[in-house]
Amino acid sequence: MEELSRRYGPVVALNELTLTMAPGELVALLGPSGCGKTTALRLVAGLEEANGGRVVFGGKDVTGLPASKRDVGMVFQAYSLFPHMTAMQNVAFGLTLRHKTADERKKRAGEMLELVGLSGFADRYASQLSGGQQQRVALARALAIEPTVLLLDEPLSALDAKVRSRLRDEIRRVQLEIGITTLFVTHDQEEALAIADRVGVMQSGHLEQLGPPTEIYSRPATPFVAEFVGLTNRLAGEVKFGMVEVRGTQLPLVQPNAPTGPAIALVRPEAVSLAAEAAMGNGPLVGTVIAVAFLGATSRITVDLGDGVTVLAQMPTSAAAATPAGTRVRLALRDDPVLIAREEKASGDA
Amino acid sequence: MSKSRRLKLRIFRVVVLLLMGAFFLLPIGAMLEFSTRGNDVTSPRTLDAWVRIAQTPGLVKGIVVSLQLAVITSLGMLALLLPTMVWVRLRLPRISRIVEFICLLPLTVPAIALVVGLKPLYVWVNINVTPSVLALAFAYLVLVLPYSYRALDAGLAAIDLKTLSEAAQSLGAGWGTVMLRIIIPNMPSAILNASLLSVALVLGEYTVANLLNFQNLQVEVAYVGLTDANTSTAVAVGALLLAFVLLMVLTLVGGRLQQQHYIPGQRA
Repeated sequence: MEELSRRYGPVVALNELTLTMAPGELVALLGPSGCGKTTALRLVAGLEEANGGRVVFGGKDVTGLPASKRDVGMVFQAYSLFPHMTAMQNVAFGLTLRHKTADERKKRAGEMLELVGLSGFADRYASQLSGGQQQRVALARALAIEPTVLLLDEPLSALDAKVRSRLRDEIRRVQLEIGITTLFVTHDQEEALAIADRVGVMQSGHLEQLGPPTEIYSRPATPFVAEFVGLTNRLAGEVKFGMVEVRGTQLPLVQPNAPTGPAIALVRPEAVSLAAEAAMGNGPLVGTVIAVAFLGATSRITVDLGDGVTVLAQMPTSAAAATPAGTRVRLALRDDPVLIAREEKASGDA
Repeated sequence: MSKSRRLKLRIFRVVVLLLMGAFFLLPIGAMLEFSTRGNDVTSPRTLDAWVRIAQTPGLVKGIVVSLQLAVITSLGMLALLLPTMVWVRLRLPRISRIVEFICLLPLTVPAIALVVGLKPLYVWVNINVTPSVLALAFAYLVLVLPYSYRALDAGLAAIDLKTLSEAAQSLGAGWGTVMLRIIIPNMPSAILNASLLSVALVLGEYTVANLLNFQNLQVEVAYVGLTDANTSTAVAVGALLLAFVLLMVLTLVGGRLQQQHYIPGQRA
């Protein structure tokens, strides 16, 4: 995508988006509703016309081509199997349009259904398949035509959590097995971070940050990325001498040249550690545990600092057991570089 | 629901069914009785009037013409309306209300007023294009619009038109393929209903044909009725029965097509 733009009247849905994908790479576009991620995907698919910019596949400019001539495979958010066709006929549909012989169609469609683990469901209609199975058939159908690019438009959002997680892994397995270049659009950060080679976080029609999932999570480029990807404590502080002081703790800054003055430090819950008040020296941050949320291997603890400010800490469940609700605790902030935000009044709320 | 309430509801349904049945069947029964009467009240029942249908050239011609008009109108309506409605839903949803208004407009225009407007047009068509009675199909296309629109609209609302058409396009289908292989097969009932309504309207149409001086089935029935009321009534009963049989066949076919693909309660 080169400086791709799309406007709806006065609303700019996509603002000169540029994104280059390596062959075989899976890039996830992540962002809140209305950030332009689906618009970007539809422009690549040819389902919408761009107001400016280009879409190039392997050096070939396809911007002017209709969707039917772009050679993309697409899986939609809504169930999109053709209801009057069986799973096998659905997968073979694109091959029929490419004038493949009946034998070729049957062989290829069979292979694709096997790839997604549904070879035993070839004769079923969409109404006889579960939501997850329908999306797997849709994936097989998109891959059967051997497209240049695979486009996934929130294909998991209509599924329940368990199926969603299983199918997410399956999509990644199939994508790696075939080695197809894939653009995946989602608003679910966990999904994007788990599946993608690179994640592009979008806001208001442009890319805020593009990078590997670990970088996006641990070194967010902007306050928006920090807050959108993962939970973040917003703690009031003061920037001076290239550090930010938060309630008596000096933390290094991601942006060391930030101007002096009040700011909000964005601190990840896993950078906050806590222990019973007496067991942790004389740190200045003291509070009371008001809630412990069990998340499996880890637990999320909410601590009230006593002046209306709450802080989230995430730690191993075994350690969290020592600080049940009501316990007085002392907190420590790990000295990872933090981002600061200045747009709003520094409230110190988590 | 209690047992007595269920019983009451059942009785109510049977009563309504009987009343409605009587409302529709009594006139048809009376027409059938009249068409099989002999020359006087003491004469035995006879099918002479029914036999005379085939022996009355005007009537046979009228039947053939009306059937041709029904087919042309139905096909024309589908060819004109279905792609338009699909296009409007997908690309121009903001004008859907205008299209709906235009399609429903013929309901509010009396046939006689419509003829006044159409007359000069048909004079021109008669001279410059064709004098054939089949030209009536243009007027009938307008008349069937409201009924067909409603039927097709219900069918289009029942499918995820946008997703299905975009899925087909992403697989390489052009608009023709999308229409013929994806949209039409997914709304068989709506298309059959729209066609049936068109056929029924065309088979029963009299005013426009008569005022434009064309001889279709109903005009011929009226002519024959002036000299042979029994035969005229027999044809009218026959046309009603034909429409009834068509309705039954289309309902059964539509139901079967629907059942093939949407089997409730069989999710894996």
